[in-house]
Amino acid sequence: MSAPTTIRHGRTGISAVGGVGQKALPRRRWSVGALICLMGLGLSGCEFSPPRPVLEGESQVQLRSIQTRAFETDDKQQTLRTVIATLQDLGFVIDKADATLGAVSATKLDGYELRMTVTVRPRDSDSLLVRASAQYQMEPIDDPAPYQDFFTALEKSMFLAMHEVD
Amino acid sequence: MAVKEIRSQSPPEVGAVRRPLALALYFVLFAAAVLCGCATGVPDDALRLSPETLEQRRLQTRRFDGIAESDILAASAGVLQDLGFNLDESETELGVLVASKKRSARDARQIATALLLEIIGWDMEIDEKQKIRASLVTRPATDGEAGEDGENHFVRITFQRMVWDSANEVSRIERLDEPELYQGFFDRLSKSVFLEAHKI
Repeated sequence: MSAPTTIRHGRTGISAVGGVGQKALPRRRWSVGALICLMGLGLSGCEFSPPRPVLEGESQVQLRSIQTRAFETDDKQQTLRTVIATLQDLGFVIDKADATLGAVSATKLDGYELRMTVTVRPRDSDSLLVRASAQYQMEPIDDPAPYQDFFTALEKSMFLAMHEVD
Repeated sequence: MAVKEIRSQSPPEVGAVRRPLALALYFVLFAAAVLCGCATGVPDDALRLSPETLEQRRLQTRRFDGIAESDILAASAGVLQDLGFNLDESETELGVLVASKKRSARDARQIATALLLEIIGWDMEIDEKQKIRASLVTRPATDGEAGEDGENHFVRITFQRMVWDSANEVSRIERLDEPELYQGFFDRLSKSVFLEAHKI
């Protein structure tokens, strides 16, 4: 409803400027700017809706390979506890933990928001697969380096846990 | 309330003159924010153990001997309730408790500063509310003195918070590192362990 009135005002503004001279120029610029903004808003309201990044991600195989490591242990519960301890060492606060499913989620707030989910599942009778997936602010992390850092920290804790050193 | 009153008292023409400048400023800030968002990825040290890790761990951890894991978890839940936290999640098999509380984030000094700035024509958002989160994890002690009964445990708690300002924007996301928070929590936990042991 309000858009057409604005357009009419804008036009009279332009024709008036021709007669009055330079004094009215800034006002005309502002009304044109406002008009463009309104049109932009109107268009986005009618025509566009935010993207739906539900099915995103490039290669399932590649992503899994950078997010997963195997550990030579069959103790799922101890591994989950070690994952939790490592996340705490890295400054995370745990959000959720499920021993049956073998999943832990945690969030780190340090001027940014980093959320991580770690799952532990059996690979064969005497080894486990640990997979970590993370998002930084509003982006998924698919760069291998942060995962490498995480697993370096986890391996250190796994080694200590296995050798029962506190 | 006081902030709003002052704004309505200021003459309208002053605001009209100031507006283009303020708009330009907002635009520059917005552009800077967008550019920063694009340029920075995950900080290099985000998933690396730092030299402070050990110090942090010591600050956030206490050992409790002669108590079963389920009992220390129950005592911890009691302390979190004492402190006004609500439990969000718990997994006793892994010794995990997650709790949070929402509280006011208003700070008298900040409100005073905002009022002063308002008088000279600057708008400043003030911190309005905050959500404090805590996760508490128990871990059986596995050293030589642990004994076979599994009665000795480490308890580690970590706190973090998000703060929203009066425009409902997140103004602060941080972990809480103040040693007195952890000291205070564990003092209460020791008391709670005693109280629960005596069924008080």
